[in-house]
Amino acid sequence: MSRFGHLISIDDLSKDEILYILKKAESFEPFAKGMDKSRILENRLLANLFFEPSTRTRMSFEAAMKGLGGDVINMTAQEASSVAKGETLADTVRVVSRYVNAIVIRHPLEGTARFAAENSDVPVINAGDGAGQHPTQTLLDLYTINKESSLKNIKIALMGDLKYSRTVHSLIKALTLFNPRIYLVSPDSLRLPEEFLEGIDGDISFASLGEIIDEINVLYMTRIQKERFPDEEEYRRVAGSYKIDVNSLKNAREDLIIMHPLPRVDEIHHSVDGTPHAKYFQQAFYGVPVRMAILSEMIE
Amino acid sequence: MGEQLTITKIKEGTVIDHIDSGKAVLVLRIIGIDHQSTEPVSMAMNVPSKKMGKKDIVKVEGKFISAEELNKISLIAPKATINLIKDFEIQKKFRVNLPEVIEGILTCPNRNCITNSREPITRRFYITLEENQVVAKCYYCNRKIVDIDRYVI
Repeated sequence: MSRFGHLISIDDLSKDEILYILKKAESFEPFAKGMDKSRILENRLLANLFFEPSTRTRMSFEAAMKGLGGDVINMTAQEASSVAKGETLADTVRVVSRYVNAIVIRHPLEGTARFAAENSDVPVINAGDGAGQHPTQTLLDLYTINKESSLKNIKIALMGDLKYSRTVHSLIKALTLFNPRIYLVSPDSLRLPEEFLEGIDGDISFASLGEIIDEINVLYMTRIQKERFPDEEEYRRVAGSYKIDVNSLKNAREDLIIMHPLPRVDEIHHSVDGTPHAKYFQQAFYGVPVRMAILSEMIE
Repeated sequence: MGEQLTITKIKEGTVIDHIDSGKAVLVLRIIGIDHQSTEPVSMAMNVPSKKMGKKDIVKVEGKFISAEELNKISLIAPKATINLIKDFEIQKKFRVNLPEVIEGILTCPNRNCITNSREPITRRFYITLEENQVVAKCYYCNRKIVDIDRYVI
């Protein structure tokens, strides 16, 4: 098996391993930008098993694999596959793992990636399981912070849906390895569940954006989904106060960076896109070199 | 000795004593004894106890239950003691120990957990003590169970 075995949860990686991947990702940037060619994964095949819709994650894995000379097979439409005929996930994984050198999986049920790994002969990479883990997103988030700001003495606000966002859950765990100050900014009904704070050492507190905007280096936004609210009116009333535009950033530090796992709906006004704070599209790009680093380590 | 008044001695088998009162039925379920089992079983509930106020007792005749199996009881009855009986005498006496991992007994309360799907999967939980309370954590989705009684299969 490869250096990292499977990549199921960010907890599977030590701080040194995380820093190693971030460093390696940097060396892949020229390949991710298409400025250079690499054949290190030539004759290697990756399977994307997506039981839930995804654009960025699936495409960036595909871009990363192909950028390193490898190839990708996709299982996207659940209806079109044998899963719709009643095959278990265990069987699907057992079969597909015999075709390929690694599997990327996204599934709506929590714990699926760990279960898939038990049934796979090749490394499994978790690309999100329910409200659970999404470790490659976390690694690209850390990479973005490290590149565009700094992981040292970071003051970060996590804003929006902190209850259901798996991106946030994974990121908090990883950030605490770097002694951050973390502010949680969310509606009461979407507060971070207590279980995610258990066993986490760190300076974590609840705040409103106005109180801390002049202090933070990183503002990490997430989407507040309509379906989390009992009715449209409640959604509009609550979600409205978790949106930002250029006015909300009047008192922000000059070096503040704004991140978002995307897709955004209207929580970041388009007027913010042109400011030097906006790093969310760059963040999406960093998904490619980071996933190149992960694939190059995991596929033999 | 209230228990002698309640249930007679057994010649050979396993006696599970000091079960938290009201949990005897759950104990039987955990060690897999039901109407399909052949061993005679006697059970006493709410027996007066000096240490516990009241307790339950279970006696399984003609069967020596393994320590591994018995340790599962500690999930719901951490004070339980085991007496293995031969010729009406106690051959061995021990307390149950909390296992580190438990398989198959509990169901995950998270409806969105892969273990609650139709996949061929063995439910597995890590067991720990937190502030004197037994806590089970799902190996697959990390959900914690504190009120364990409710999730025994």
